[in-house]
Amino acid sequence: MPNVDMSVNLAGVSMKNPVVVASGTFGFGREYGQFYDLSELGGICCKGLTLHPRTGNPPPRIAETPMGMLNSVGLQNPGVDAFITEELPELRKYDLAVIANISGNTPEEYGIMCEKLSRAGVDMIEVNISCPNVKAGGLAYGTRPELAAEVTRVAKEHSSVPVMVKLSPNVTDIVEIAKAVDEAGADALSLINTLRGMRIDVQTRRPILKMNTGGLSGPAVLPVAVRMVWEVAGAVAKPILGMGGVARGEDAAELMLAGASAVAVGTACFADPYAPLRVRDGLEKLAAGQGLDRVSALRGAVRAW
Amino acid sequence: MVRTSLTGPGQFVHIKCGHSRLLRRPISVCDWQGSPEGDTLTIVFEVRGEGTAWLARRPVGRHVDVLGLLGNGFQVEDQGAYLLVGGGIGVPPLLGCAKVCGGGSVALLGFRSKDRALLVDELAEACLAVRVATDDGSLYHHGFVDELVRQELSKNRSFRAVLACGPKPMLKSVVQAAAEFGVPCQVSMEERMACGVGACLGCAVQMRDGTMRHVCKDGPVFDAEEVDWDA
Repeated sequence: MPNVDMSVNLAGVSMKNPVVVASGTFGFGREYGQFYDLSELGGICCKGLTLHPRTGNPPPRIAETPMGMLNSVGLQNPGVDAFITEELPELRKYDLAVIANISGNTPEEYGIMCEKLSRAGVDMIEVNISCPNVKAGGLAYGTRPELAAEVTRVAKEHSSVPVMVKLSPNVTDIVEIAKAVDEAGADALSLINTLRGMRIDVQTRRPILKMNTGGLSGPAVLPVAVRMVWEVAGAVAKPILGMGGVARGEDAAELMLAGASAVAVGTACFADPYAPLRVRDGLEKLAAGQGLDRVSALRGAVRAW
Repeated sequence: MVRTSLTGPGQFVHIKCGHSRLLRRPISVCDWQGSPEGDTLTIVFEVRGEGTAWLARRPVGRHVDVLGLLGNGFQVEDQGAYLLVGGGIGVPPLLGCAKVCGGGSVALLGFRSKDRALLVDELAEACLAVRVATDDGSLYHHGFVDELVRQELSKNRSFRAVLACGPKPMLKSVVQAAAEFGVPCQVSMEERMACGVGACLGCAVQMRDGTMRHVCKDGPVFDAEEVDWDA
Protein backbone atom coordinates (compact mmCIF):
# COMPACT_ATOMS: atom_id res chain seq x y z
CA MET A 1 0.00 0.00 0.00
CA PRO A 2 1.25 3.52 -0.72
CA ASN A 3 2.53 5.79 2.02
CA VAL A 4 -0.10 8.29 3.07
CA ASP A 5 0.92 11.79 4.08
CA MET A 6 -1.02 12.12 7.36
CA SER A 7 -0.07 15.73 8.04
CA VAL A 8 -2.78 18.37 8.11
CA ASN A 9 -2.98 22.08 8.64
CA LEU A 10 -5.65 23.55 10.88
CA ALA A 11 -5.83 27.34 10.44
CA GLY A 12 -2.05 27.64 10.18
CA VAL A 13 -1.30 25.08 12.88
CA SER A 14 0.46 22.16 11.26
CA MET A 15 0.02 18.73 12.79
CA LYS A 16 1.74 15.48 11.93
CA ASN A 17 -1.61 13.72 11.79
CA PRO A 18 -5.24 14.84 12.00
CA VAL A 19 -6.02 13.16 15.33
CA VAL A 20 -6.43 15.49 18.29
CA VAL A 21 -7.78 14.59 21.70
CA ALA A 22 -10.91 16.44 22.77
CA SER A 23 -11.10 18.91 25.61
CA GLY A 24 -12.25 17.47 28.92
CA THR A 25 -11.42 13.89 28.04
CA PHE A 26 -7.64 13.95 28.31
CA GLY A 27 -6.85 16.34 31.16
CA PHE A 28 -3.56 18.05 30.39
CA GLY A 29 -2.08 14.82 29.08
CA ARG A 30 -0.41 13.61 32.26
CA GLU A 31 -2.61 10.54 32.81
CA TYR A 32 -2.58 9.13 29.28
CA GLY A 33 1.06 10.16 28.93
CA GLN A 34 1.74 7.15 31.18
CA PHE A 35 0.38 4.88 28.44
CA TYR A 36 2.19 6.21 25.35
CA ASP A 37 4.29 9.03 23.98
CA LEU A 38 1.97 12.01 23.48
CA SER A 39 4.06 13.02 20.46
CA GLU A 40 2.11 10.32 18.61
CA LEU A 41 -0.89 12.66 18.65
CA GLY A 42 -1.55 15.47 16.22
CA GLY A 43 -2.62 17.72 19.05
CA ILE A 44 -4.35 18.06 22.39
CA CYS A 45 -7.29 20.26 23.26
CA CYS A 46 -6.59 20.74 26.93
CA LYS A 47 -9.14 20.48 29.72
CA GLY A 48 -11.31 23.61 29.76
CA LEU A 49 -9.78 26.52 31.63
CA THR A 50 -11.38 29.42 33.42
CA LEU A 51 -9.79 32.63 34.68
CA HIS A 52 -9.98 31.39 38.26
CA PRO A 53 -9.82 27.81 39.58
CA ARG A 54 -13.15 25.95 39.75
CA THR A 55 -14.05 22.92 41.88
CA GLY A 56 -16.80 21.87 39.48
CA ASN A 57 -20.15 20.25 40.18
CA PRO A 58 -21.07 17.85 43.00
CA PRO A 59 -21.11 14.11 42.19
CA PRO A 60 -22.53 12.02 40.64
CA ARG A 61 -21.09 13.57 37.51
CA ILE A 62 -21.25 10.53 35.21
CA ALA A 63 -24.14 8.47 33.88
CA GLU A 64 -23.80 5.75 31.28
CA THR A 65 -26.26 5.75 28.36
CA PRO A 66 -26.84 3.42 25.40
CA MET A 67 -23.51 3.73 23.54
CA GLY A 68 -22.69 6.94 25.30
CA MET A 69 -22.44 8.78 28.57
CA LEU A 70 -23.61 11.93 30.25
CA ASN A 71 -21.24 14.13 32.19
CA SER A 72 -21.70 17.16 34.37
CA VAL A 73 -18.16 17.84 35.55
CA GLY A 74 -18.80 21.59 35.50
CA LEU A 75 -15.42 22.86 34.30
CA GLN A 76 -13.38 21.72 37.28
CA ASN A 77 -9.93 23.15 36.52
CA PRO A 78 -6.93 24.75 38.25
CA GLY A 79 -7.32 28.10 36.46
CA VAL A 80 -5.43 29.57 33.53
CA ASP A 81 -2.40 30.72 35.55
CA ALA A 82 -1.77 27.28 37.07
CA PHE A 83 -2.10 25.77 33.60
CA ILE A 84 0.59 28.11 32.27
CA THR A 85 3.05 27.47 35.09
CA GLU A 86 2.35 23.80 35.92
CA GLU A 87 0.95 22.06 32.87
CA LEU A 88 2.11 23.83 29.71
CA PRO A 89 5.86 23.27 30.34
CA GLU A 90 5.16 19.53 30.73
CA LEU A 91 3.16 19.39 27.50
CA ARG A 92 5.90 21.31 25.68
CA LYS A 93 8.21 18.32 26.19
CA TYR A 94 6.18 16.57 23.49
CA ASP A 95 5.91 17.28 19.79
CA LEU A 96 2.19 18.00 19.37
CA ALA A 97 -0.07 20.99 18.85
CA VAL A 98 -1.16 22.38 22.21
CA ILE A 99 -4.63 23.87 22.02
CA ALA A 100 -5.86 25.61 25.18
CA ASN A 101 -9.62 25.54 25.76
CA ILE A 102 -11.18 28.48 27.60
CA SER A 103 -14.55 29.40 29.10
CA GLY A 104 -15.44 32.80 30.51
CA ASN A 105 -18.27 34.37 32.45
CA THR A 106 -17.90 37.59 30.46
CA PRO A 107 -16.29 38.58 27.13
CA GLU A 108 -13.62 40.40 29.18
CA GLU A 109 -12.61 37.15 30.88
CA TYR A 110 -12.16 35.49 27.48
CA GLY A 111 -9.94 38.43 26.48
CA ILE A 112 -7.74 38.22 29.58
CA MET A 113 -7.27 34.47 29.13
CA CYS A 114 -6.44 34.85 25.43
CA GLU A 115 -3.74 37.39 26.25
CA LYS A 116 -2.19 35.19 28.93
CA LEU A 117 -2.26 32.06 26.78
CA SER A 118 -0.94 33.82 23.66
CA ARG A 119 1.97 35.15 25.69
CA ALA A 120 2.58 31.70 27.21
CA GLY A 121 2.90 30.28 23.72
CA VAL A 122 0.08 27.82 23.14
CA ASP A 123 -0.37 26.89 19.47
CA MET A 124 -4.06 27.69 19.33
CA ILE A 125 -6.93 28.75 21.56
CA GLU A 126 -10.25 26.91 21.48
CA VAL A 127 -12.98 29.21 22.72
CA ASN A 128 -15.69 27.23 24.47
CA ILE A 129 -19.01 28.97 24.07
CA SER A 130 -20.92 25.78 24.52
CA CYS A 131 -20.42 24.14 27.90
CA PRO A 132 -23.83 22.80 28.96
CA ASN A 133 -22.78 22.31 32.57
CA VAL A 134 -22.22 25.80 33.94
CA LYS A 135 -24.78 28.43 34.73
CA ALA A 136 -23.08 31.69 33.78
CA GLY A 137 -21.68 32.20 30.27
CA GLY A 138 -21.17 28.72 28.96
CA LEU A 139 -24.01 27.61 26.77
CA ALA A 140 -25.67 31.05 26.66
CA TYR A 141 -22.86 32.40 24.46
CA GLY A 142 -23.15 29.44 22.18
CA THR A 143 -26.86 29.62 21.51
CA ARG A 144 -27.20 33.28 20.49
CA PRO A 145 -25.40 34.42 17.34
CA GLU A 146 -24.75 37.99 18.49
CA LEU A 147 -23.22 36.85 21.79
CA ALA A 148 -21.14 34.16 20.05
CA ALA A 149 -19.86 36.82 17.64
CA GLU A 150 -19.01 39.21 20.46
CA VAL A 151 -16.99 36.60 22.35
CA THR A 152 -15.21 35.65 19.12
CA ARG A 153 -14.30 39.28 18.38
CA VAL A 154 -12.92 39.83 21.87
CA ALA A 155 -10.94 36.59 21.74
CA LYS A 156 -9.45 37.52 18.35
CA GLU A 157 -8.51 41.02 19.52
CA HIS A 158 -6.58 39.61 22.46
CA SER A 159 -4.90 36.65 20.75
CA SER A 160 -1.73 36.40 18.74
CA VAL A 161 -2.36 32.71 17.96
CA PRO A 162 -5.21 31.22 15.89
CA VAL A 163 -8.60 31.18 17.57
CA MET A 164 -10.97 28.25 17.11
CA VAL A 165 -14.54 28.55 18.40
CA LYS A 166 -16.24 25.42 19.75
CA LEU A 167 -19.90 25.25 18.80
CA SER A 168 -22.82 23.78 20.68
CA PRO A 169 -25.17 21.30 19.03
CA ASN A 170 -27.93 22.46 21.40
CA VAL A 171 -29.31 24.98 18.93
CA THR A 172 -32.03 25.03 16.30
CA ASP A 173 -29.66 26.03 13.51
CA ILE A 174 -25.92 25.52 14.04
CA VAL A 175 -25.16 27.14 10.68
CA GLU A 176 -26.51 30.46 11.93
CA ILE A 177 -24.08 30.41 14.87
CA ALA A 178 -21.22 29.20 12.66
CA LYS A 179 -21.74 32.08 10.23
CA ALA A 180 -21.83 34.63 13.05
CA VAL A 181 -18.58 33.29 14.50
CA ASP A 182 -16.99 33.14 11.04
CA GLU A 183 -17.89 36.76 10.27
CA ALA A 184 -16.55 37.80 13.68
CA GLY A 185 -13.12 36.52 12.64
CA ALA A 186 -12.74 33.00 14.03
CA ASP A 187 -9.81 31.20 12.40
CA ALA A 188 -11.38 27.77 12.81
CA LEU A 189 -14.47 26.07 14.22
CA SER A 190 -14.70 22.95 16.36
CA LEU A 191 -17.87 20.92 16.68
CA ILE A 192 -19.74 19.35 18.28
CA ASN A 193 -19.77 19.85 22.03
CA THR A 194 -22.03 17.51 24.02
CA LEU A 195 -25.79 17.26 23.59
CA ARG A 196 -27.85 18.03 26.68
CA GLY A 197 -29.42 14.93 28.18
CA MET A 198 -30.86 13.41 31.33
CA ARG A 199 -31.24 9.99 32.93
CA ILE A 200 -33.44 8.99 35.84
CA ASP A 201 -33.14 6.08 38.27
CA VAL A 202 -36.61 4.56 38.07
CA GLN A 203 -36.40 3.07 41.58
CA THR A 204 -35.38 6.22 43.46
CA ARG A 205 -36.99 8.56 40.89
CA ARG A 206 -33.87 10.69 41.18
CA PRO A 207 -31.88 11.91 38.19
CA ILE A 208 -28.57 10.03 38.12
CA LEU A 209 -26.59 13.25 37.79
CA LYS A 210 -26.61 15.54 40.81
CA MET A 211 -27.06 18.51 38.44
CA ASN A 212 -30.07 16.67 36.94
CA THR A 213 -28.89 17.15 33.35
CA GLY A 214 -25.56 16.77 31.60
CA GLY A 215 -23.83 16.53 28.25
CA LEU A 216 -24.12 13.42 26.07
CA SER A 217 -21.04 12.10 24.29
CA GLY A 218 -19.79 8.83 22.87
CA PRO A 219 -20.61 6.75 19.78
CA ALA A 220 -24.31 7.63 20.06
CA VAL A 221 -23.63 11.22 18.96
CA LEU A 222 -21.47 10.47 15.90
CA PRO A 223 -24.25 10.86 13.30
CA VAL A 224 -25.28 14.19 14.82
CA ALA A 225 -21.68 15.35 14.59
CA VAL A 226 -21.30 14.21 10.98
CA ARG A 227 -24.51 15.99 9.99
CA MET A 228 -23.55 19.23 11.73
CA VAL A 229 -19.98 19.26 10.34
CA TRP A 230 -21.45 18.69 6.89
CA GLU A 231 -23.93 21.56 7.28
CA VAL A 232 -21.34 23.98 8.67
CA ALA A 233 -18.71 23.03 6.09
CA GLY A 234 -21.23 23.77 3.39
CA ALA A 235 -21.82 27.28 4.70
CA VAL A 236 -18.47 28.43 6.11
CA ALA A 237 -15.03 28.22 4.48
CA LYS A 238 -13.02 28.16 7.72
CA PRO A 239 -11.33 24.89 8.70
CA ILE A 240 -13.23 22.58 11.03
CA LEU A 241 -12.05 20.33 13.84
CA GLY A 242 -14.74 17.65 13.84
CA MET A 243 -15.62 15.66 16.94
CA GLY A 244 -18.41 13.65 18.48
CA GLY A 245 -18.34 9.90 19.06
CA VAL A 246 -15.18 9.11 17.12
CA ALA A 247 -13.87 5.70 18.15
CA ARG A 248 -12.50 4.20 14.91
CA GLY A 249 -10.64 5.31 11.82
CA GLU A 250 -13.85 5.05 9.79
CA ASP A 251 -15.58 7.48 12.15
CA ALA A 252 -12.79 10.00 11.66
CA ALA A 253 -13.01 9.51 7.90
CA GLU A 254 -16.74 10.24 8.00
CA LEU A 255 -16.14 13.56 9.74
CA MET A 256 -13.38 14.46 7.27
CA LEU A 257 -15.55 13.52 4.28
CA ALA A 258 -18.25 15.74 5.78
CA GLY A 259 -15.79 18.62 5.80
CA ALA A 260 -13.49 18.43 8.83
CA SER A 261 -9.77 19.19 8.41
CA ALA A 262 -8.93 17.30 11.57
CA VAL A 263 -10.80 15.21 14.12
CA ALA A 264 -10.85 14.94 17.88
CA VAL A 265 -11.21 11.72 19.85
CA GLY A 266 -12.84 12.15 23.24
CA THR A 267 -15.05 9.76 25.15
CA ALA A 268 -13.50 6.77 23.35
CA CYS A 269 -10.36 7.35 25.45
CA PHE A 270 -12.29 6.37 28.59
CA ALA A 271 -12.97 2.89 27.27
CA ASP A 272 -9.58 2.57 25.59
CA PRO A 273 -6.66 4.88 26.41
CA TYR A 274 -5.12 3.92 23.06
CA ALA A 275 -8.22 4.97 21.08
CA PRO A 276 -6.59 8.08 19.51
CA LEU A 277 -3.74 5.96 18.14
CA ARG A 278 -6.13 3.31 16.85
CA VAL A 279 -8.17 6.03 15.14
CA ARG A 280 -5.01 7.42 13.54
CA ASP A 281 -3.86 4.00 12.35
CA GLY A 282 -7.34 3.08 11.11
CA LEU A 283 -7.59 6.34 9.21
CA GLU A 284 -4.20 5.83 7.62
CA LYS A 285 -5.11 2.31 6.58
CA LEU A 286 -8.41 3.47 5.14
CA ALA A 287 -6.72 6.27 3.16
CA ALA A 288 -4.04 3.89 1.90
CA GLY A 289 -6.67 1.35 0.91
CA GLN A 290 -8.36 4.00 -1.19
CA GLY A 291 -5.08 4.88 -2.86
CA LEU A 292 -4.85 8.38 -1.40
CA ASP A 293 -1.40 9.94 -1.10
CA ARG A 294 -2.51 12.37 1.59
CA VAL A 295 -5.22 12.06 4.23
CA SER A 296 -6.32 15.67 3.68
CA ALA A 297 -7.78 14.55 0.35
CA LEU A 298 -10.72 13.20 2.34
CA ARG A 299 -11.74 16.66 3.46
CA GLY A 300 -15.19 17.54 2.18
CA ALA A 301 -15.09 14.73 -0.38
CA VAL A 302 -18.52 13.35 0.50
CA ARG A 303 -20.57 12.71 -2.63
CA ALA A 304 -23.87 13.95 -1.22
CA TRP A 305 -27.03 13.03 -3.04
CA MET B 1 -1.42 6.42 39.18
CA VAL B 2 -1.37 3.61 36.70
CA ARG B 3 0.70 0.72 37.95
CA THR B 4 1.50 -2.66 36.55
CA SER B 5 2.27 -4.17 39.94
CA LEU B 6 0.22 -4.32 43.09
CA THR B 7 1.22 -1.78 45.72
CA GLY B 8 -1.28 -2.76 48.36
CA PRO B 9 -4.78 -4.01 49.07
CA GLY B 10 -7.60 -1.75 47.95
CA GLN B 11 -6.41 -0.98 44.43
CA PHE B 12 -8.81 -1.70 41.58
CA VAL B 13 -8.95 -2.89 38.01
CA HIS B 14 -11.08 -1.33 35.27
CA ILE B 15 -12.70 -4.02 33.13
CA LYS B 16 -14.25 -3.75 29.68
CA CYS B 17 -17.53 -5.67 29.86
CA GLY B 18 -18.37 -6.50 26.26
CA HIS B 19 -18.93 -4.20 23.32
CA SER B 20 -22.47 -3.12 24.09
CA ARG B 21 -21.43 -1.11 27.15
CA LEU B 22 -19.29 1.95 26.61
CA LEU B 23 -17.59 2.33 29.97
CA ARG B 24 -15.43 -0.05 31.92
CA ARG B 25 -16.47 -1.37 35.33
CA PRO B 26 -14.19 -0.58 38.28
CA ILE B 27 -13.78 -3.60 40.57
CA SER B 28 -11.57 -3.86 43.67
CA VAL B 29 -8.85 -6.45 43.86
CA CYS B 30 -9.76 -9.05 46.47
CA ASP B 31 -6.65 -11.22 46.53
CA TRP B 32 -3.53 -12.03 44.53
CA GLN B 33 -1.04 -14.85 44.12
CA GLY B 34 2.35 -14.86 42.48
CA SER B 35 3.54 -17.93 40.63
CA PRO B 36 6.23 -18.76 38.07
CA GLU B 37 3.52 -19.20 35.41
CA GLY B 38 2.22 -15.71 36.04
CA ASP B 39 0.56 -13.71 38.74
CA THR B 40 -3.13 -14.08 39.46
CA LEU B 41 -5.61 -11.48 40.69
CA THR B 42 -8.87 -12.44 42.33
CA ILE B 43 -11.89 -10.18 42.05
CA VAL B 44 -15.31 -10.69 43.59
CA PHE B 45 -18.17 -8.69 42.14
CA GLU B 46 -21.93 -8.45 42.25
CA VAL B 47 -24.05 -8.63 39.10
CA ARG B 48 -25.68 -5.22 39.14
CA GLY B 49 -26.43 -4.59 35.48
CA GLU B 50 -25.69 -5.68 31.94
CA GLY B 51 -21.96 -5.07 32.21
CA THR B 52 -21.32 -7.19 35.27
CA ALA B 53 -23.81 -9.80 33.95
CA TRP B 54 -21.65 -10.08 30.80
CA LEU B 55 -18.53 -10.46 32.91
CA ALA B 56 -20.15 -13.17 35.05
CA ARG B 57 -20.96 -15.17 31.90
CA ARG B 58 -17.37 -15.22 30.59
CA PRO B 59 -16.24 -18.82 30.28
CA VAL B 60 -13.14 -19.90 32.21
CA GLY B 61 -9.98 -19.36 30.18
CA ARG B 62 -11.31 -16.45 28.09
CA HIS B 63 -9.38 -13.20 28.04
CA VAL B 64 -10.85 -10.00 29.40
CA ASP B 65 -9.62 -6.48 28.68
CA VAL B 66 -8.34 -5.14 32.00
CA LEU B 67 -6.90 -1.70 32.72
CA GLY B 68 -4.86 -1.55 35.90
CA LEU B 69 -3.79 -1.82 38.54
CA LEU B 70 -5.31 1.55 39.36
CA GLY B 71 -5.61 3.81 42.35
CA ASN B 72 -4.08 3.93 45.78
CA GLY B 73 -5.00 1.22 48.26
CA PHE B 74 -5.07 0.98 52.05
CA GLN B 75 -1.99 1.94 54.03
CA VAL B 76 -1.39 -1.32 55.87
CA GLU B 77 1.69 -2.39 57.78
CA ASP B 78 2.73 -6.03 58.03
CA GLN B 79 1.84 -7.67 61.32
CA GLY B 80 -0.41 -4.79 62.34
CA ALA B 81 -3.75 -5.28 64.05
CA TYR B 82 -6.52 -3.56 62.08
CA LEU B 83 -10.25 -3.44 62.43
CA LEU B 84 -11.58 -4.36 58.98
CA VAL B 85 -15.14 -3.20 58.33
CA GLY B 86 -16.99 -4.14 55.16
CA GLY B 87 -20.50 -3.70 53.87
CA GLY B 88 -21.91 -5.92 51.13
CA ILE B 89 -19.81 -5.87 47.99
CA GLY B 90 -17.33 -3.68 49.89
CA VAL B 91 -16.08 -6.78 51.71
CA PRO B 92 -13.73 -8.30 49.06
CA PRO B 93 -10.78 -5.85 49.32
CA LEU B 94 -10.68 -6.51 53.07
CA LEU B 95 -9.48 -10.04 52.42
CA GLY B 96 -6.33 -8.59 50.84
CA CYS B 97 -5.91 -6.32 53.87
CA ALA B 98 -6.29 -9.27 56.24
CA LYS B 99 -3.62 -11.25 54.44
CA VAL B 100 -1.15 -8.35 54.30
CA CYS B 101 -1.46 -7.55 57.99
CA GLY B 102 -0.72 -11.12 58.93
CA GLY B 103 -3.72 -12.52 60.76
CA GLY B 104 -3.82 -10.12 63.68
CA SER B 105 -6.93 -8.26 62.56
CA VAL B 106 -10.62 -8.46 63.33
CA ALA B 107 -13.23 -8.28 60.56
CA LEU B 108 -16.73 -6.89 61.01
CA LEU B 109 -19.01 -7.53 58.06
CA GLY B 110 -22.44 -6.18 57.26
CA PHE B 111 -24.84 -7.73 54.76
CA ARG B 112 -28.46 -7.16 53.80
CA SER B 113 -29.31 -10.77 54.63
CA LYS B 114 -27.82 -14.25 55.08
CA ASP B 115 -28.01 -15.09 51.37
CA ARG B 116 -25.98 -11.96 50.54
CA ALA B 117 -23.09 -12.90 52.87
CA LEU B 118 -19.75 -13.44 51.18
CA LEU B 119 -16.14 -14.29 52.07
CA VAL B 120 -17.05 -14.93 55.73
CA ASP B 121 -15.09 -18.20 55.91
CA GLU B 122 -12.12 -16.78 54.01
CA LEU B 123 -11.91 -13.80 56.34
CA ALA B 124 -12.34 -16.04 59.40
CA GLU B 125 -9.26 -17.92 58.27
CA ALA B 126 -7.23 -14.75 57.69
CA CYS B 127 -8.27 -12.87 60.85
CA LEU B 128 -8.33 -13.33 64.62
CA ALA B 129 -12.12 -13.10 64.57
CA VAL B 130 -15.02 -12.29 62.27
CA ARG B 131 -18.38 -10.88 63.30
CA VAL B 132 -21.33 -10.48 61.00
CA ALA B 133 -24.36 -8.21 61.07
CA THR B 134 -27.37 -8.49 58.78
CA ASP B 135 -30.02 -5.86 58.19
CA ASP B 136 -32.79 -8.45 58.61
CA GLY B 137 -31.21 -10.54 61.36
CA SER B 138 -31.04 -13.67 59.19
CA LEU B 139 -27.37 -14.19 60.14
CA TYR B 140 -25.81 -13.35 63.52
CA HIS B 141 -26.22 -9.75 64.74
CA HIS B 142 -29.51 -8.11 63.73
CA GLY B 143 -28.59 -4.56 62.79
CA PHE B 144 -25.94 -2.45 61.13
CA VAL B 145 -22.23 -3.02 61.14
CA ASP B 146 -21.41 0.27 62.88
CA GLU B 147 -23.03 -1.21 66.02
CA LEU B 148 -20.42 -4.00 65.88
CA VAL B 149 -17.70 -1.37 65.42
CA ARG B 150 -18.77 0.37 68.64
CA GLN B 151 -18.95 -2.95 70.51
CA GLU B 152 -15.50 -3.99 69.32
CA LEU B 153 -13.82 -0.63 69.97
CA SER B 154 -15.33 -0.38 73.43
CA LYS B 155 -13.57 -3.67 74.26
CA ASN B 156 -10.32 -2.88 72.47
CA ARG B 157 -9.27 0.40 70.94
CA SER B 158 -5.63 -0.56 70.30
CA PHE B 159 -6.20 -1.23 66.58
CA ARG B 160 -3.78 0.66 64.34
CA ALA B 161 -6.73 1.83 62.26
CA VAL B 162 -10.19 1.02 61.02
CA LEU B 163 -10.13 0.07 57.33
CA ALA B 164 -13.61 0.37 55.85
CA CYS B 165 -15.20 -0.33 52.48
CA GLY B 166 -18.88 -0.23 51.62
CA PRO B 167 -21.74 2.06 50.66
CA LYS B 168 -21.40 5.70 51.64
CA PRO B 169 -24.07 5.77 54.39
CA MET B 170 -22.36 2.80 56.05
CA LEU B 171 -18.95 4.45 55.73
CA LYS B 172 -20.28 7.63 57.27
CA SER B 173 -21.56 5.82 60.37
CA VAL B 174 -18.40 3.71 60.69
CA VAL B 175 -16.25 6.83 60.43
CA GLN B 176 -18.31 8.41 63.18
CA ALA B 177 -17.93 5.33 65.40
CA ALA B 178 -14.15 5.23 64.87
CA ALA B 179 -13.91 8.93 65.69
CA GLU B 180 -15.83 8.41 68.95
CA PHE B 181 -13.08 6.02 70.07
CA GLY B 182 -10.21 8.07 68.66
CA VAL B 183 -9.11 5.36 66.21
CA PRO B 184 -7.80 6.48 62.79
CA CYS B 185 -9.93 5.39 59.85
CA GLN B 186 -9.25 4.80 56.16
CA VAL B 187 -12.19 4.47 53.80
CA SER B 188 -12.47 3.06 50.30
CA MET B 189 -14.94 5.23 48.37
CA GLU B 190 -17.13 4.48 45.39
CA GLU B 191 -18.37 6.96 42.79
CA ARG B 192 -19.67 6.76 39.22
CA MET B 193 -16.53 6.64 37.12
CA ALA B 194 -15.58 6.89 33.47
CA CYS B 195 -11.86 6.87 32.62
CA GLY B 196 -10.43 5.31 35.80
CA VAL B 197 -7.12 7.17 35.49
CA GLY B 198 -7.86 10.77 36.51
CA ALA B 199 -8.47 12.31 33.10
CA CYS B 200 -12.23 12.84 33.00
CA LEU B 201 -12.72 14.18 36.55
CA GLY B 202 -15.97 12.26 36.82
CA CYS B 203 -15.59 10.39 40.11
CA ALA B 204 -15.30 13.43 42.37
CA VAL B 205 -15.34 13.31 46.17
CA GLN B 206 -15.82 16.50 48.13
CA MET B 207 -13.05 17.05 50.66
CA ARG B 208 -13.38 18.90 53.94
CA ASP B 209 -10.98 21.60 52.74
CA GLY B 210 -13.36 22.44 49.89
CA THR B 211 -11.34 20.75 47.15
CA MET B 212 -12.50 17.89 44.94
CA ARG B 213 -10.46 14.72 44.78
CA HIS B 214 -11.02 11.72 42.55
CA VAL B 215 -11.77 8.13 43.51
CA CYS B 216 -9.78 6.68 40.62
CA LYS B 217 -6.55 8.62 40.93
CA ASP B 218 -6.38 10.04 44.47
CA GLY B 219 -8.33 7.14 46.01
CA PRO B 220 -10.20 4.88 46.13
CA VAL B 221 -8.85 4.88 49.70
CA PHE B 222 -8.92 8.18 51.60
CA ASP B 223 -8.17 9.22 55.15
CA ALA B 224 -11.66 9.53 56.63
CA GLU B 225 -10.77 12.87 58.22
CA GLU B 226 -10.14 14.45 54.82
CA VAL B 227 -13.56 13.61 53.41
CA ASP B 228 -16.52 15.98 53.73
CA TRP B 229 -19.16 13.57 55.04
CA ASP B 230 -21.89 16.21 54.97
CA ALA B 231 -21.50 17.05 51.27
